[in-house]
Order: sequence, then C-alpha cells, then structure tokens
Amino acid sequence: MRGTTKRRALIAAGVVVAAGAAVLAHAVFLPGPLDFAKGTRVSLADYKGPSPTGVPKELANAAVLERGAYLTAAADCQACHTAEGGTPYAGGRPFKLPFGTLYTPNITPDAETGIGRWTDADFLKAVHKGVAPGGRHLYPAFPYASYTLMTDEDVLAIKAYLFSLAPVRRANLPDTFSFPFNQRWLMAVWGAFFNPGHRFEPVADRGPEWNRGAYLVEGAAHCGECHTPRTLFQAMDTRHKFAGGQAEGWNAYNITPDQTSGIGTWSAPEIEAYLAQGHAKGRSVASGPMREAVELSFSKLVPSDIVAIRTYLQSVPAVHTDLPAPAGPAPRDHGTAVAGAIDGKRMFEGACASCHAWSGAGVNSADAQLTAKRAVNDPSAANVALMILKGSGPQVAGRPYMPGFAGAYSDEEIAAVANYVTARFGAVASTITAQDVARLRAD
Amino acid sequence: MIKISINGTVHDVEVEQDTPLLWVLRDVLGMTGTKFGCGVAQCGACTVHVDGTPVRSCQLAVGDVGDMPVVTIEGIGATPAGAKVQKAWMDLQVAQCGYCQSGQIMAAAALLTQTPAPTDADIDAAMAGNICRCGTYVRIRDGVKRAASQA
Amino acid sequence: MDMQPSPSPSGASRRDLLRGLAYGGLLLAVGLPLGRLAVAREDAPTVFAPDAFIRIASDGAATLIMPQVEMGQGIYTAMTMLIAEELDLPLAAVRLEAAPPSDALYGNPIFKVQATGGSTSVRAYWTPMRKAGAAARAMLVQAAAKRWQVDPAACETQDGIVRHAASGRSLPYGELAAAASHMTPPSDPPLKDPKTFRLLGKTQTRLDIEAKGNGTAKYGIDALPPGVKVATLSSCPVPGGKIRRVDDTQARAVAGVRQVVVLEDLVAVVGDHMWAAKKGLDKLVIEWDEGPNATLSTESLRAAMHEAAKRPGVPVKSEGADVRPGDAGVISASYELPFLAHAPMEPMNCTVHLRPGACEIWIGTQVMTMVQAKAAQAAGLKPDQITIHNHLLGGGFGRRLEVDMVDKAVRIAAHVDGPVKVVWTREEDIQKAMYRSTYGSWLSARLENGKPVAWRHTVVGPSVIARWLPPAFSGGVDIDAIDGAADQPYAVGGFHVDYVRHEPQGVPTCFWRGVGPNNNIFSVESFIDRLAREAKNDPLDFRRALLTANPRALQVLNTAAAHAGWGTPLAAKAGERVGRGICLQTVFGSFLSTIAEVAVGDDGTVRVRRLVTAVDCGMVVNPDGVISQIQGGLVFGLSAALHGRITFEKGRVQQSNFHDYRVVRIDEMPAVEVHLVPSTEAPGGIGEPGTTTVQPAVANAIYAATGVQLTRMPIDQTLLAKGGRT
Repeated sequence: MRGTTKRRALIAAGVVVAAGAAVLAHAVFLPGPLDFAKGTRVSLADYKGPSPTGVPKELANAAVLERGAYLTAAADCQACHTAEGGTPYAGGRPFKLPFGTLYTPNITPDAETGIGRWTDADFLKAVHKGVAPGGRHLYPAFPYASYTLMTDEDVLAIKAYLFSLAPVRRANLPDTFSFPFNQRWLMAVWGAFFNPGHRFEPVADRGPEWNRGAYLVEGAAHCGECHTPRTLFQAMDTRHKFAGGQAEGWNAYNITPDQTSGIGTWSAPEIEAYLAQGHAKGRSVASGPMREAVELSFSKLVPSDIVAIRTYLQSVPAVHTDLPAPAGPAPRDHGTAVAGAIDGKRMFEGACASCHAWSGAGVNSADAQLTAKRAVNDPSAANVALMILKGSGPQVAGRPYMPGFAGAYSDEEIAAVANYVTARFGAVASTITAQDVARLRAD
Repeated sequence: MIKISINGTVHDVEVEQDTPLLWVLRDVLGMTGTKFGCGVAQCGACTVHVDGTPVRSCQLAVGDVGDMPVVTIEGIGATPAGAKVQKAWMDLQVAQCGYCQSGQIMAAAALLTQTPAPTDADIDAAMAGNICRCGTYVRIRDGVKRAASQA
Repeated sequence: MDMQPSPSPSGASRRDLLRGLAYGGLLLAVGLPLGRLAVAREDAPTVFAPDAFIRIASDGAATLIMPQVEMGQGIYTAMTMLIAEELDLPLAAVRLEAAPPSDALYGNPIFKVQATGGSTSVRAYWTPMRKAGAAARAMLVQAAAKRWQVDPAACETQDGIVRHAASGRSLPYGELAAAASHMTPPSDPPLKDPKTFRLLGKTQTRLDIEAKGNGTAKYGIDALPPGVKVATLSSCPVPGGKIRRVDDTQARAVAGVRQVVVLEDLVAVVGDHMWAAKKGLDKLVIEWDEGPNATLSTESLRAAMHEAAKRPGVPVKSEGADVRPGDAGVISASYELPFLAHAPMEPMNCTVHLRPGACEIWIGTQVMTMVQAKAAQAAGLKPDQITIHNHLLGGGFGRRLEVDMVDKAVRIAAHVDGPVKVVWTREEDIQKAMYRSTYGSWLSARLENGKPVAWRHTVVGPSVIARWLPPAFSGGVDIDAIDGAADQPYAVGGFHVDYVRHEPQGVPTCFWRGVGPNNNIFSVESFIDRLAREAKNDPLDFRRALLTANPRALQVLNTAAAHAGWGTPLAAKAGERVGRGICLQTVFGSFLSTIAEVAVGDDGTVRVRRLVTAVDCGMVVNPDGVISQIQGGLVFGLSAALHGRITFEKGRVQQSNFHDYRVVRIDEMPAVEVHLVPSTEAPGGIGEPGTTTVQPAVANAIYAATGVQLTRMPIDQTLLAKGGRT
C-alpha cells in the first residue's frame, strides 16, 4: 500500500512538474512575429523584388535626414519621448505601470542629458537589443522587441535625424519601480526569451506589398505592442496576434480579420482612412494613444505604405474574442432601453446631444457618430469613459474635436453617461462604475 | 465659391470649405442674429436649422451643408413653429440679456416641429444643450409650453 | 453699500452746455441697437432739452438719453417708465438713446461715475429720473399756461398732451416744446403720489423684447463697420507673463489671415473673418516668458489666504462684548468661496477704428467713461478724441465693469489699417480673464440661553473697490467686501467685524454678480444655522427670535417659510436624503429670504428641487422685471453652488470652456417661486440679491438632508456620499 501510494505521489508530482514545464514552455517559447505566414523566410539580400525596408520609392532619392525623418515618424518616437506640453523628443512622459512610473528619456542630441554622446553602435544596441551604453538594460516599455526587426541602415537614419535636432537640456527623471521590478538586470533574462533579436526576413512567397507591410507593422510601427495581448511574462502573445491589448487604460481593439470582434468587415478604404486620417466612417474614431499614432505617425506615411500596412493586417489569422458585433441604428425612443440610467441621459442631453444627436448618428460630422463605433460597442465602456474624460478627435486647427469633460463632471456622472451611451447606442449595456472611472481618470 | 441657401435665398460665399457656418453667417454675410458663444457645441447660442434639424453652426463646416436649406433666427418667424415660439417668448418676457435667445428660439422651434406637445422631459432633452447665463430657464420652459398650446 | 443718491443734475451751466451740445449737433448720442427703436428720426429737430436726459422734438417725439446700460436686467424699460410716469407720456412714445461718455452728466448718482452695476440703477435714479420727468412736464405746462393765459395749476397732462379743462383747450407736447425751452425749470418739482401711478408698479412689456426674439438686437460683437477685419488673440496663460518669441510662419499661410500682431503681452491674428483668425491663432508657435506667477496653484493661493487670515484686520464694527476663537464656550467656523469666471454668453470683444487724432469704439460696456479713458490712454489720445458706440450687453455680471478688453483691442488696432473687431475665443474669455476672487470668512460667537451674546466676523479678501473706485476706499476698509457682514440683520449682542485685505498673488480680480455679499451671506447664514444647532433650535425659530427689531426681514422670512411649507414633511425617493435650508439677507437695499429644498443621493449627488424666494425690494418699478431678475439671480447662484470653480495649476487656469467650466442647464433646474412682498419703502436693488441667497440656502438644506455642513463652495459631492463621512 505504502509503495503504491508513494509511486502514485511520484507520478502525480511528475505530472505536475511536466505540466508546469509545458505551461512554462508555452509561455516562454512563443511563435515569431511572421511564423503565421508559413512560406520561406529569406534574408533581405536574397529577396527578389523591391526592398521591403527603408523608405518608400517616393523618397528613394531623398537625403538621409529626410529619410530619417520619415522613419522616425514611422517608428513614432515622438509620441513616447515627449512630455505633455514639452519639447518633442526631450522625453519626460510618464508611463504609469502597476509596479511604478517610468519616465521616457531625452533623445535629443544633448551631450549631458540626451543621447549626444552615443555612437552608432550604442544606438543600434539600444534599439535592437534594449541595452543602453554602460550595459544598462532598458524596460520593454521601449519596444525594442519590435524595433529589432529594423535594418541597421534604417535605425541609423533615425539616429541621423535625431542628431539633427536642437539639443535640449532636460535631465531624465528616475523611474519609481519597486523591488523586484527595479532590478534592471532581470530585463536581460526577459530579452533573452522574448526579443526575437534578429533583423527582418521577408517571406519569399509573399508579394512586395505584404512584405513592406510586415516590415512596418512588426517593426517600426510596433502595432503589436498595444494590440497583441500580453503573456504572464509581459511578452506579446503572438499566438493571439493583434487580438486586442491595452494601452494606458485604453482598450487597443482586436485588429485581426475576425468578422465580429475584429475588422474583418471593414473595407480596404475604411482601414486606410482610419490609419491615415484617424476616422473610418461608421467604424471607429482614433482616440487616446491611437490618435497620437495617427497624428504623429500614420498620417505622415505615403499612401503606398498605408496600403501595405492594411494588406498585411488583413492577412493575419482571424482571432475571435468576446467583443460583440456592433449594433445597428439606435431606437428612436430611448425611454425603455436605458431605464435606470437616467442621470446619464441628463448629462447626454446637456453636453453630448448637440454633436452626437439623440439618434447617435452625429449632427454635424460623421466623426460624431456613436452608433456602430467600436468603443461604443465595447461592454467595458473603458474607451467611452476615457473619451469623455480626456476628449477625442483631431487636435488640429480648424477641425471639430471633442473636449474632455473630466474637469466638471464627477466620476458618477461620467460612469452614468458612459453606461447610457453603450446601452442606447451599443450592442451591450456596460456597467462601468464610478470607481472604474476614478481609476481611468488617475491614469 | 460655395453656394448656400439661407432663409430661402441662395448666397455665393468665397471661403474655405472648413469654415464653420457660424462665421459665414456672421462675418461674411453680416447676419449677426446667430451668436457665437463657445465654439465647441457646448452652449447652443449658434443654433440654426439645417434641413429642419437644429445644428450648432460653430461646429458645422460650410462645405458640409451642400444644398440643404439653412434657416436662421432672421428667418424662423416665417415658419409656423417659429412664429409661435417668438410670440410666446414676447408674451412671457423670456429674454434678459437676450444673447442666447436666438439659439433658444431655434432649438424650441425645432422641438415643436418634431414634438408638438412636448413633456418636461422632452423640453429637457431638446433644450439642455442651450445655456442661458441670465437664468431664463423657468420662462424658457413656460415659453415652450405656451407656444405648444397655441396650436 | 450705504450711500445716498446725489441730487439730480441741475444748474444753469450744465443746462446751457447740454443745450449747446444738442443744438450744435455735437450730441454724440447713438441710436440704441434695438431694431425698431434704433431708427433715428432726423426729420424733427430737438427743441426742448430741459436736462441731460430728456429731448422733445418739434413733432412731439420724446427721447430719453439713457445713462445706464442694458445687460438683461431690464433697466431700459425701468428708466423709461420712471421718466414717462412723471412726464405723462405713453411708454411707447419714448425713444431711447445711449448717453455719451460723461461722468459729469451721466455719472451714476451712487458711484459718481458712469457705471451700471451693484444693483444700483433704480436705487440711484428712482428720484432723479422722476424729477427730470416732472420738471420737463412742469415746463411744458408753464408754456401752455402762458400761451393760454391761464393758471398752470389748472392745466393737466395726459399721454403727451397738455389740457386746460375749463376752456377745453389742449396742445400736444411737440407744439409746446420750443416755448417750454424758455421756461424756468422748477427747482424742486412735485412728484406724483404713488397712489396715482399709471406705469410704476404695473408690469410693462420690456422695450427690448421684440428685438431680442428675432435676431435684430445688436450687441458689441455684432458691430460691422464697413471694411472691418476680425482679430482674435492669445494673452499669456500665466497672468503677468510676456511673449518671448512667436513663430507665425504657419499662421500667415492660412487663407484669410491678413496680419499677425505681436505685442509685449499678447499676440493677435487679424483675418477676413473669425475663422481665419482663429485658425491662424491655433497655428502660432508661441514661447512665453511666464514671469513670477508661473508656480501659482489653487493650493498656494488658498494657503496664502489662510496665512492672511491670521493678520489683525481693520476694525469695521466694534460694539459691546467681544469674543475670540478658542476661548471657552466659543463656537467658531470658517467659510470659503473659490475663484470664479463670469462667462457671459457674449464673449469679450471690442471693435476699434484708430485713425490719426481719432478713435472710434464699438462695444457693450457697463462703464462708458472708463472705456473712454482707457482707450485714450492706450491710443495716446485725449478722451474727447474717443467716440464710443455702446451696445446691448450679452451679459455683464461685473465682467463688463472692466476695460482690459478695450486696452488690448486699442493696442492691437494701432497696428491695423482700418477697423478691427477683436473677439476673444471662449477659451481666452475663461482663461485670461479677470476673476471673482476667493474670499474667506472667519466667524466666532458665544451663546447664552440659546441666543448669541457676542459675535465676531473677520472678512478676508481683496479690495476691488480700491482699484476700481479709489475714492470709495477709505480707512483700509472695502465697503463692498464687508457688505452683508457689517450690517447683518440679526440681534447678536456684542458685534465685531474686521476686514483683512488680501490680494491673491497675480490673479486679476473684479466684481461678480452678488459682489461682496456672496461671501458674507454664505458665511453668516451658514453660521446662523450652526448656532441654531448649537442652541438646539429650529433654524427658522432661531432666526425669528433675533429679528424682533427688523420687521421687514422678519416678514420676508415668514413669507418664504409659509410658501415653502417649512416644517412639513418632504417626500424622498429610495436612495436619497432630503432637506430644506434657509437664507435671509438684507443687502443691496432689499430684503430677501430663500428656502431651498434639496435631495442628496446616497452617492452624494445633489439635486436642488425647489427654490422659494420672498422679496421686499421697496417700491417696485416693473414687477415682472423684478421677478425675472430674481429668477435669473437664483440660477446664477445655483451655478456657483453646484459647479462654479476656477482652479490654477502652474500659474494657469485649468478650465477653458463650458465643458469644464460648467453652468446650470435647464434640466438641472429646480422649481422656482418668487413672491413679492408689497412695500412702500424706497426701492432696493434686485439684480444681485437673488444670486447671493442660493449658496447658504442650499448648503443649509444639504445639512438638513445629510448632517454635513459644507463650508466651501462649490458643493463637493464626495463629502456627501452616505456613510462617507462621520
């Protein structure tokens, strides 16, 4: 009896260890960014056809600074390396993470506080490997696991552009991570597992447009950093590539071709308009971090690159998630649909209906349409609440935009109006609470 | 050159497409009855009717109006609802400083056209987008009801 | 404020001057922008101008030169009624002209300057305007009596006609006007017995009502002199800051942008229309030198006020037994109000045409002569080289008692060829404005046998008066800041009031509807409720017992309480707590009591359900006008109580437009009842008192509902969640 029990215990322990190892292996050994595409991966030199890297043909003869400016925009360096109201690229933007706050560094060529003393090799090592001069490991909030795909030539063009900027003296702020997250050497372990650590390899069986799209999406544009869910180890879960993630409290939605939860029903021009202008009529308006990505990055890309990005996005495997398909037009009578959300209706009628209309169809511009929009059909209502708090739409002279209402409306009111909006114009009524809104407000 | 129909008259205006209708009315055509209050569709002072719908003209690009007819405070008296609202506003002495009242009257006229016998909730829903700093709300509500009763 | 109206303007020299102006065609009167009223009748010359206010033409047309400005308070109508009553003219027969700038002729008898504000117009002009009408009438009667060779006492007037009943003769005023101008004005013309008033005390239709319903009413922002360009501006977001550098490359590329004007403290973009100017402004890259106020914050400003409160104040009242905070048995509390913007619906604007030796201005202002002086200073001209076209005001609330918008517009116009309309965006209007300051009140009292026997009130706040009307600032006491503190209605035994002048660093402050009493009524009425609780008495009964010597105050209190159903149960829905609260005040020469009824949700959300106000404002000119002003004043106060707050961070105002500087909308409106108490006393002000009653009434009602005494405004709902505070 005793022997049997012991053997059973050993078997059980073995199973547990094996299962643990399998789970660990599953979490640690993730598919590479282009593995889904199958086909033959070749080196850039061996790829037949126009190079998928570098700048588009419109800029083929441009000077290095112009090429660098284009690639810097494509990599959207400015969004993260600029504090609110601060000088572009001088850093200082806070990223609030669960274990502390990280401040982006100054990447202007100031010798003391910026990267003015960095050599080409220093810069390449930082961008490709996440290791700064002196061997300091960078946190993967800096998306080197994506940038690692960019060619040396492209990375150095970015460096040339950054070094052409006026140096700004602004000392970097220390991050506030607590133990063990303040142990930067741990990032070396992370990088060893989760940084692909190699340059882009085109897929020979795919056309130049697809490969160009792949280079931009997986490399410079680093879409997966927000749109791909994270594993336990905070790596991009490439098994669910682009199935939706998070960015500074905002939901970065499913951008796979899934018919209900993704963008499978979006037409090519809709996806392209969304990227280039931040708005796909009747689909979505870019807000929050995506609004920044559009204004600072995608809107500066030439049309052929937008088409390439769209082509690639449409080719990734569809991943079905639990986001419901957007609802159709709202019922004319709002009385029964939102019983219990009466305060939300009050805020809506005073502050919202002027632009969005009682039908949710938008009064003045298609941007203001609520019905069918992804955020309104997100049962978490996180993005709706964030748009109410922080505003939405282009911060461009001459274009209508939505102001943020955080200053004058309470968490209760914003939760109520968010729940009213999802109930009346979306697929599922949300139940966001004042506490949820308070958290989003603090982010 | 943009063609635009206001109160039944077609005007040719030479402005950029993105110019809000408000400034075309006020600064280009000299029709100053429509007022500027906030510029972000939060106050309603600039309300006009475009194709019968109350619209904040500070947020509507003139290029988006197309051939939809525009009616302003200068022309609303020619509509049955507008005339009733204007009369009720006089009878009840609604206006104080009067600056927001063009927008209030336009919003009320649109409400009565759609909902001839509005409830208090209907009035809240239609009029809450129109701010009055003098605080004439008590009379605005009464004015809408009075206009509705003059069927 | 306790000031007496000065005697009506009279005297030969002034009359001669005026007559000369009128006949010489120099009278700079401007047709008031009121649609049909604005049509100037040039056909018949003025032949009778007995004083600064009345013109009668040979065809009988009567014109009132209007010294006060219309900003919604109905003063055009009220002033016209005063004159038409004594002159025996039908209201519709009087045409209005805005008075030209002249403190000597048109100075508000209370302020001595040509200003409309402080709820003073009817108080100031009740007698002078009636005397003007009566004097003119007497001269017309003399002229008729002389022609008919009869006793003037045997003549009567009615509807613009003089009659001699005995002979059956009659003549219209127009035919008598020329002769009347040679009559001697009576030094003290008798006024009508109020019992015989035709107009006064009876509701009249507002003279401006039609134009305000059909888009023809003209405000300053509607001025369109030929060839006018439109400019919009950005001043430094930190008060007192300067421009360091402006890159206008992109702005100049905007279609319709004509010019970028960079001055020391602001930059303006001039365009063909507001849109071009606004788009251009958005495209400017401006580097500011933020100056010494760049670190201001709401917290630093508040801390400075609290520090100031520790200083000894200037004694305003010091009678009887004293009381000090901290002494045994002394009840103490402090109350604070935030910074506020005025946010009138018509954003700040001023149109200027500056030419060599002349400056023409189109504006809606509460202060004609101050505009004139400021424009002259900014343009380097003499005041008489400034012509002002005053307009209707799209709300004033005190903001248009200031002339910063004139100064900026004239300085911009100095760089523009031709007329330029400078229009502030709403963001500029909220963020680069002048503000209602923070104020604080520190109160202490001692009770004996359930009644106060000693009272001390220290008022801490800036002196707007010291800057705005220096002659009225004497002895270190701001008579506005202590209004409502030094003269509160209750018998409280020993009575001590101090004033600590504290100017908030860097923040330009100015008057705001309700002025000083906003602070003092809020604190005194909140503190009275506190004392009632300490005395374990009902807030109504507690007040009544202290008002035995103040029958008018007691009467409005009792009237409001009766209409509000004080003491009767209130219905409450599940998940809410309900209560009533009282305010009583005796400021602006009027007696008001407001009783608020609130429902506070378990989550702390406050809904004001009902406001009942009883008013005794003495003799009433236009009763519906009074009710209208009280209704509006209550809403203005409600916006302050529920939402009003301007905050500073890094020297900048954090609010920018109506989405974050919130005001009450129609769907937040309580039921409002205004009850006029008949009175034969001298008229009181009615523009502001409604506003000042709301904050204490609502705060006291919230206490009744929740047991939480709010001592700061606006209402902080997080303090009111059920179980959220013990």
